[in-house]
Amino acid sequence: MYEIRLHSRGGQGGITAAKLIALAAFRDGRHATAFPFYGAERRGAPVVSFIRIDDNPIKIYSQIKKPDLIVVLDPSIMELVDVFDGLKDGGTVLINSQKPADIPQYKSYYVDLTDIALKVGLIVAGTPILNTPVVGALAKIGLFSRESAQSAIEEMFTDPRNTQAAMLAFDEVKHE
Amino acid sequence: MNENKHTTLSTGNNAVATAVRDAKVQVVAAYPITPQTEVVEQIANFCENGIFDAKYIPVESEHSAMAACIGASIMGTRAFTATSSHGLLYMHEMINWAAGARLPIVMANINRALGPGWNIWADHSDALQTRDTGWLQVYVSTVQEAYDTTLMAFRIAEDQRVYLPVMINLDGFALSHINQLLTTEPIEKIQAFIPPYHLDHAIDPNNPRGYGTMTAADQFVQIRYDIERSMRASCAVIEEAEQEFAKACGRTYSWTDEYLCDDAEILIISMGTLGKEAEVAVDILREEGVKAGSMRLRWFRPFPDIQSRLVGRDLVVIDRDYSFGYGGIIASSIRAKTGLESYNVIAGLGGQEVTYLDIASFVRERKIGKEVWFGIEETKNGYEISRSDI
Amino acid sequence: MSGIPTTEYLKKCTSSCPGCSATLILRYVLKAAGPDTILVVPACCTSVLQGVYPNTSFDVPVYNVAFASAAAVASGVAAACEYTGKKTNIIAFAGDGGTVDIGIQALSGALERDTNFLYICYDNEAYGNTGMQRSGSTPHGAITTTTPTGKRHFKKDLDRIVSAHNIPYMATSCAAYPKDIYTKVQKALSIKGPKFMHILTPCPPGWRYSSEKSIELGKLAVKTGIWAMYERENGKLKLSSQTIAAIRKPLPIEDYMSPQGRFKGLDPSQLTKTKQEIQFNLRRLEREAREADEDGAEEGA
Repeated sequence: MYEIRLHSRGGQGGITAAKLIALAAFRDGRHATAFPFYGAERRGAPVVSFIRIDDNPIKIYSQIKKPDLIVVLDPSIMELVDVFDGLKDGGTVLINSQKPADIPQYKSYYVDLTDIALKVGLIVAGTPILNTPVVGALAKIGLFSRESAQSAIEEMFTDPRNTQAAMLAFDEVKHE
Repeated sequence: MNENKHTTLSTGNNAVATAVRDAKVQVVAAYPITPQTEVVEQIANFCENGIFDAKYIPVESEHSAMAACIGASIMGTRAFTATSSHGLLYMHEMINWAAGARLPIVMANINRALGPGWNIWADHSDALQTRDTGWLQVYVSTVQEAYDTTLMAFRIAEDQRVYLPVMINLDGFALSHINQLLTTEPIEKIQAFIPPYHLDHAIDPNNPRGYGTMTAADQFVQIRYDIERSMRASCAVIEEAEQEFAKACGRTYSWTDEYLCDDAEILIISMGTLGKEAEVAVDILREEGVKAGSMRLRWFRPFPDIQSRLVGRDLVVIDRDYSFGYGGIIASSIRAKTGLESYNVIAGLGGQEVTYLDIASFVRERKIGKEVWFGIEETKNGYEISRSDI
Repeated sequence: MSGIPTTEYLKKCTSSCPGCSATLILRYVLKAAGPDTILVVPACCTSVLQGVYPNTSFDVPVYNVAFASAAAVASGVAAACEYTGKKTNIIAFAGDGGTVDIGIQALSGALERDTNFLYICYDNEAYGNTGMQRSGSTPHGAITTTTPTGKRHFKKDLDRIVSAHNIPYMATSCAAYPKDIYTKVQKALSIKGPKFMHILTPCPPGWRYSSEKSIELGKLAVKTGIWAMYERENGKLKLSSQTIAAIRKPLPIEDYMSPQGRFKGLDPSQLTKTKQEIQFNLRRLEREAREADEDGAEEGA
């Protein structure tokens, strides 16, 4: 079982991102579940979402304590919470950032998703939307195929800028 | 799997809304409450987008939601509502009315704790407080099961042998908000499975009758007994519906969802999503050589006949509910029905995290005849169930 | 009575009190509505007087429902009729407690949602069915079993609450004027959307007068001006002729109150307050009717 914890802020699309990630994994022929931890629904508040991917049906509903992968959509959250808490030794990290993070103990990736969203004009209510570009970045990391990422995005969104942003993120994601 | 265009990811809430649409419900009356909101939102969306021709009544309270469903149902139209927690208790009066009036209304209740303090997470106390109202109650554990059971609920409720309302229960957030795979069925198949709504006692101005008039004790007792007779008759109807559903759609459901129970020496008994999590605990325990099994109760009303499955085994009963001054509701129901004692773990109240590792520990630490509250240190050695100490 | 059908939908076997004017109202409501009608009745005198199961004295379907739920159940009935294309008249028939107190939330919701039904509040100014406790509709100074020295608060102005919902038709009437009830119910049922009627219902045991005086008291209520009869169509108020006459030449309020045991304890200051309230209400209604008239004249020009 591959377990992912995704950190975002309310309004950034983290919950939809989790669903897209699970859907892309499913389009790859695997089982997947995605769920957020909900507090009171407030814009801007830190939100945690969980994704599980496996070859067999998934029976676990409890939160992920020891993730294989951490995704950080808003790096400013790293000042508030220990986003690496419980991450498996040698686990993977993807951060929405212009520069690499100093975490040599993990497999670290970074990509400027905000810049990509702004570039293609993915902005809702003044907030750059990161949920579709992040799926492209995760395809590059090898979570699922590029085609499955595209298929998941197209199932949920009709605006072609979403796929465009994902493909840009696929190309731009960097390994430290 | 990918070739099936009807399979995608869905939340539990969306699965219920989709089943309501596919079952061609005619009147929906609902009031929003967390974590049920997505059910109402989706239904309203389906209606506005013209893909669902039900009359959607955006009522001003849950009491009115059930009242409006009663009005629609007695007129011979298929009615549905959804609620949660405080909403369920706010409509409690009308819940009784719906069953007493023999109306096959279907309701989804997204299980949530009751305040105070405010708590929006999973807890079975809401639905279990309505267990004596004459509603059939079923508790589901996956998104697929939520969809399938909602479809079956209409067929069961509307069967002339039953004519009682059905409440489908989904754990708040844990199931209402999780995205899992959902395979939906073609409308023609569903139409064949759920016959058109027909209510023998529907209102007809050409044949005027008084409904719910003053009723003296003799007739009242008869009317009450009729409810119980139908509740018992519903057992056969439930089994038929589940068998027919399996034939039509290939997915099998029963009174309980059992995992490695046949040779089990210890049974973990629970309801809702914890029942699935318990299966993972069973795998871990089996690796340790502990012969455990998981029995998830699906139906709570009518209460399943499970005595023969339980006798001779250690029972670990997880209650996500409590009857104050008495005990866990599932454990005490099992004791009342079968005379069997269990190790009763009160766990998961108010969305308390209970993992498969915790459930495995419950089994290892079991003390039959005692009750513990998960997370409450002073109960760790267990209360005597007899409770001479309170 | 000329022009009113002789068909009866209320059989002569109700279990109502002698002199019950709620029964009289219902008789004419049903004559106006005809056989294709469904009554939705919450807990009130009408839930009792229709008879004991399995018998009923009504010749239209009656759906008895819980106290707070009449307007909401009617919403469901209306949605079902809309779905199936039925043109059946849907009438919620509720007492004052079930309307101004426990049922007001459901009523407000149903009116706001443009529900196609007629809601009739028959107002005997107390919880009659349970033995005359005060309701929000009990008038100032009236003795009830829960206001043994007379009610300290004033009667809730239900009609202004309802009119704030801007419904297409609302009217008041009084049991002593069956033809007025008949005409207004017919008109109400000819209009689509939410309609509301508020009908004063003299009640011998509740108001403490002898049972042959119900009609007389109803007329006195109107002639003294303590009860006004009017229609409000699309927001425009039109006073009924009986109330126009009462404004011109009102009878003294004492004529209405003195035959009723419930006002026995009324002291002079309470009487003064009641008189002021009557004057205030009538002036307001007059003003509103005049404005509606002037608006109508402008539109006409």
